[in-house]
Amino acid sequence: MKIIILGAGQVGSTAAQQLSREQANDVTVVDTRDEVLRDLQDRLDIRTVSGNAAHPAVLEAAGGGGADMIVALTSSDEVNMIACQIAWTLFRTPTKIARIRSGDYHHRPELFGDAAIPVDLAISPEQLVTDYVERLIRYPGALQVLDFADGRARLVGMRALKGGKLVGHQLRELRTHIPNREVRVAAIYRGGQNVKPEGDTIIAEHDEVFFVAARDDMRAMMKELHTEEAPVRRVVIAGAGNIGFRLARALEDRAQVKLIERNAERARRAAETLRNTLVLVGDAADEELLLEENIDDTDVFVSLTNAEEANILSAMLAKRLGARRVMALINKPSYAELMEGGKIDIAISPQTITIGALLAHVRRGDVVRVHSLRRGAAEAMEAIVHADSRNAPVAGKRIDQIDLPEGTTIGAVVRGEQVIMAHHDTVIEADDHVILFLTDRRHVEDVGRLFQAGTRA
Amino acid sequence: MNLLMVQRILGLMLLMFSLTMLPPVGVALAYGDGHSQPFLTSFLIVAAVGALLWLPVHRVRRDLRLRDGFLVVAVFWICLGIAGATPLLLSDAPVLSFTDAVFEAVSGFTTTGATVIVGLDDLPMSILYYRQQIQWLGGMGIIVLAVALLPVLGIGGMSLYKAETPGPIKDQKLTPRITQTARYLWFVYAVLTAACAVGYYIAGMDVFDSISHAFSTLSTGGFSPYDANLGHFDSAAVDAVATVFMFLAGASFTLHFSALRRQDPQTYWRDTEFQAYFWMVAVVIVGVTAYLLQQREFESLGTSLRHASLHVVSMQTSTGFQTTGFAHWPGALPTLLMMLTLVGGCAGSTTGGTKVIRWLLVLRQGLAELKRLVHPSAEIPVKLAGRAVPQRIISGVAGFFAMYFVVFAILTLLLMMFGVDQVTAWSAIATCINNTGPGLGDVTLNFRDIPDAAKWICTVAMLVGRLEIFALVLLLTPTFWRR
Repeated sequence: MKIIILGAGQVGSTAAQQLSREQANDVTVVDTRDEVLRDLQDRLDIRTVSGNAAHPAVLEAAGGGGADMIVALTSSDEVNMIACQIAWTLFRTPTKIARIRSGDYHHRPELFGDAAIPVDLAISPEQLVTDYVERLIRYPGALQVLDFADGRARLVGMRALKGGKLVGHQLRELRTHIPNREVRVAAIYRGGQNVKPEGDTIIAEHDEVFFVAARDDMRAMMKELHTEEAPVRRVVIAGAGNIGFRLARALEDRAQVKLIERNAERARRAAETLRNTLVLVGDAADEELLLEENIDDTDVFVSLTNAEEANILSAMLAKRLGARRVMALINKPSYAELMEGGKIDIAISPQTITIGALLAHVRRGDVVRVHSLRRGAAEAMEAIVHADSRNAPVAGKRIDQIDLPEGTTIGAVVRGEQVIMAHHDTVIEADDHVILFLTDRRHVEDVGRLFQAGTRA
Repeated sequence: MNLLMVQRILGLMLLMFSLTMLPPVGVALAYGDGHSQPFLTSFLIVAAVGALLWLPVHRVRRDLRLRDGFLVVAVFWICLGIAGATPLLLSDAPVLSFTDAVFEAVSGFTTTGATVIVGLDDLPMSILYYRQQIQWLGGMGIIVLAVALLPVLGIGGMSLYKAETPGPIKDQKLTPRITQTARYLWFVYAVLTAACAVGYYIAGMDVFDSISHAFSTLSTGGFSPYDANLGHFDSAAVDAVATVFMFLAGASFTLHFSALRRQDPQTYWRDTEFQAYFWMVAVVIVGVTAYLLQQREFESLGTSLRHASLHVVSMQTSTGFQTTGFAHWPGALPTLLMMLTLVGGCAGSTTGGTKVIRWLLVLRQGLAELKRLVHPSAEIPVKLAGRAVPQRIISGVAGFFAMYFVVFAILTLLLMMFGVDQVTAWSAIATCINNTGPGLGDVTLNFRDIPDAAKWICTVAMLVGRLEIFALVLLLTPTFWRR
């Protein structure tokens, strides 16, 4: 597929990296900054074009005429929209994806369409991050929650704690603990080491356990790893920016939400719109303020300001002062890996979340999505089985007949509304969504090839 | 530094290179010259060395860094010189010393076309074919060929490609994938070579000569299976074909490809560097023709024009084909032609020299400096085709020239230290560092009579010139090796 990526920011360059790794894709990146492009070109096998992404001549130089897809990720919503418009008008580019930050645009879905602004998919990073955080908060104890097959199956990562019924027991006892539940443990991370989950593996305290389950069976499994946790009642959010504000609004009817914002003007605006949230003007890294607001009684502390270093520090402080679970918005992947699981429970990376959503749409065909589990413990993939996979017939085969790359297992199969845990004799049917786990990231492409539709060479 | 990965790629490329020993075997059998043994033995030796390098590390998979790319390219070219010399060493016709064999092989691969062999006309066909073939492989670049054929090189391909292709601006790819770009370039190269061979055939050469000369024309090498070089044919038609295709080989192959894809000859004319190249060649041809006529070197306008254009294009594109030779031409002409070769063809062509675009950039920079003397606070960007060229590229070009002339001077002085006279010394280095072939003085026809040490210096000059100074000199700097 010929893909043009506009904007070589963090999301743009990571998307370029991931897409160009797959041999079938020809990637061209457009940006105005020559140095950034040069660095990118040195690292990746892509073409780069320097210039304004919304200019027809630049799009043409980037191969707009033959492109299958244009992904507009520049920092400006308007440039992204115009670029899609131009690509559609001049080149009839079939797929146009744009990152649109401003909520104003999203409130008017009628704006997007071939008759108006021809954007096939408008990605809102703020909304994605808000949804992600909200989902984490809804499941107390969860460290990572990923959706598969439109949410019919979910992958949850959580830390095993004393009091969980399965803690100290072998994995195979799970079946007697919660019979008739569709649950499969995908990966176990113990003290920085990857432990292969097998029947006789004993779950120890502090293990990070990743499991996949049908949506309705999640809570039952979570109880196996934790003592039953009270739902989240008290939330403190630092930063009333786009994400903080949206999150407060999403949570304020279910929990007691406090929103700390340093900027008085912004705090006032947030307070005017929110109904049940207590908006505080002050510094989230101010110990006095946190203590005053009973941080030691807080279930979740989330810092979502623009400054990631400040987020890290205030989250660490909140943790020390007694907040039960702390999360921080961290952009740099290296910081996120450093902090996660240490002083900070969960690092929220807008980049990873946006890219996950983006790639899910780019790879519409066969491999729908690839998620990295926390700290790169493993990769989770969702692939759709096509009836016409001529050169890689997966449909109609038993799982043990499929030639999977080393370290790859099929975890679950989603068939219609039904979630089936995979056994060696499960037969894969056409249109199944198959969820796979890979311990080695390099096999992502091999697995992709296995599920590739026959129409694409 | 990723030495295991470097070793793996070197091994792989030597394995690939060993296969090129097989076509000469075919030639030996076809013409029955009974000379296939040296090539078969070389094939086994080179393949064995390649396998020995590759096998222990063939599972190593790591990304090739930019600096690894330089190392691979530099080391591989040195290996090529030795590996390519093997059949010449093993052969009993001609009998060559190690020095001479390496000189001849490097001269071929770098498309210099300077030879140490006299009596070419009596050599076996297979050896003659082999000399032409190595030029053809070296012209577009055997590493670029490897990038095109070995997808395992992956991202590393870009750093290899960058280190081997000439020109100051290398970030423009034809296609997003480097493998694809390399394939297109080789495709255009092969098509033009085939066209050239057909041209020679029509002009009256036999099949062997057509192909041989097409190889050395498109690669701008200049080897010929005859001592008298192109003069052997003494045919205006052959000269015309040679002139046209040498001129084409001196233009950027990226440009050829764009023109081919768009089916639009206007593409050439829109390229600033091509325009400059064209006018430069045209003006010099007219000047040289006029001077030759005026000095009565040749009788008619036609002959003057024929010999002037052949030699001017041959020197400008660093090919080094000769008919009458030009060393005995009157006045400033011999020196003028040597200076032409210093400029060379366009970036992205198979020519040597410093490339037209670099001169274009420094000259425009010089003009901008002149303007700045009058208008000290003026903002005067150097432009190419209406677009400002980043200062970084201009500094790069300036740095290149500085290095080029320093290396030039050092090598010339070294040559003179070994007892070579001044005219021979500077013209030998000029012809080697620019990958041209013929020089003046003692090296007008061949390099047989200069001392062995001088041959080694010339060999180094050829390699340094082919890799455009930086790639090889880089390995001598502490910066490169410091972790």
